[in-house]
Amino acid sequence: MASVTQSLFKFFRNESPADAGTKSSTTGIGSHLSRRSSGLAELTKALSGQESLSILDLGPTSPKNIAHITGLGHRVYNEDVLLASMDPAYAIKSEDGSPSINVEAFLAENLKHPVGQFDAVLCWDVPDYLHESLVKPAVERIASALKPGGTVLAFFHTKDAGPDAPYFRYHIAGADTLELQRGPQFRLQRVFNNRHIENLFREFGNIKFFLGRDNIREVLVVR
Amino acid sequence: MDATKPADNFRADVAHIGKSVLIRGELSGSEDLYLDGEVEGSIDLHEHSLTIGPHGRVRANVQARDVTVFGRVDGNIIGRDRVELKRSAVLAGDIATQRIVIEDGAFFKGSIDIKKEAPKQAVKAEAPKTMAAAAGAEMATTTQPSLLNETKY
Repeated sequence: MASVTQSLFKFFRNESPADAGTKSSTTGIGSHLSRRSSGLAELTKALSGQESLSILDLGPTSPKNIAHITGLGHRVYNEDVLLASMDPAYAIKSEDGSPSINVEAFLAENLKHPVGQFDAVLCWDVPDYLHESLVKPAVERIASALKPGGTVLAFFHTKDAGPDAPYFRYHIAGADTLELQRGPQFRLQRVFNNRHIENLFREFGNIKFFLGRDNIREVLVVR
Repeated sequence: MDATKPADNFRADVAHIGKSVLIRGELSGSEDLYLDGEVEGSIDLHEHSLTIGPHGRVRANVQARDVTVFGRVDGNIIGRDRVELKRSAVLAGDIATQRIVIEDGAFFKGSIDIKKEAPKQAVKAEAPKTMAAAAGAEMATTTQPSLLNETKY
């Protein structure tokens, strides 16, 4: 089973990525890959029929996501936490001399939202790329910002594709379809197993897993 | 042509603030404005359009009819008709508008609140009051070309 990475390479080599569960939407370098997302489909279903919801997108600014969400009559809040965490102003050295992040300083300027503000959070695969010290505090902040019954959509890699695993931006292309666009070269920090994910979201009420064919585990968590 | 450079930044009918200009305080006006300098405070152009050029640095809440951003804004934007973030734009603040266009590559941190357009009948009913308040000077804004055919998010 090919990973998204392998699928992308196949795409660039003009090989069919269809067996990986993704397909190229157009041809040529810079094109997007598209994939079906069961988690997104489930989230769309849960939010359908409602208007004026508040949705937090933690990925890079995506015109398509903004268009899709506002087109449904919802309010969208965009905050690229991964990019923000790369700010050199937060960089510190830990006791053993390894590079780390000043968590207090980061949280003082990021993920600052009133309690219970959002109905849904699009987390994408941000936890896989965030610095270790930020993962738990970030999830706690997300839990705090969610309304009771609010939903988080998160993606996790199921196996380590190595430090060169490409980082993708996720664009909503339909109720159950995502476009993947190669983003900046962020390093995959870790791979969560199911137990890790359950622990990470233990403050939440309900976790649903969807295993994609491209080695991405989609998780829908309800607070 | 430099993609980050607005094509119409030297229109004669638009007021210009150059990139070496720094303004602290309240900036208001009743004509379109191209701003390539720095502003700290607030900007209010009522029924007119504001373009923040690639060198523009705004630390202010902004209110105008149309707002186009090539540069950097730290503050909230209220664009009565439309807000457009070009790919070089960096915005940390909330947006409230009827129509929004965001180019891929723009950085945005904040919320977007899409205001529904007022029904046409309601606009007509309000028109005499608006015109009276503006002493007739704002009549041109009621006859401006429709933007309805443009990308609507």
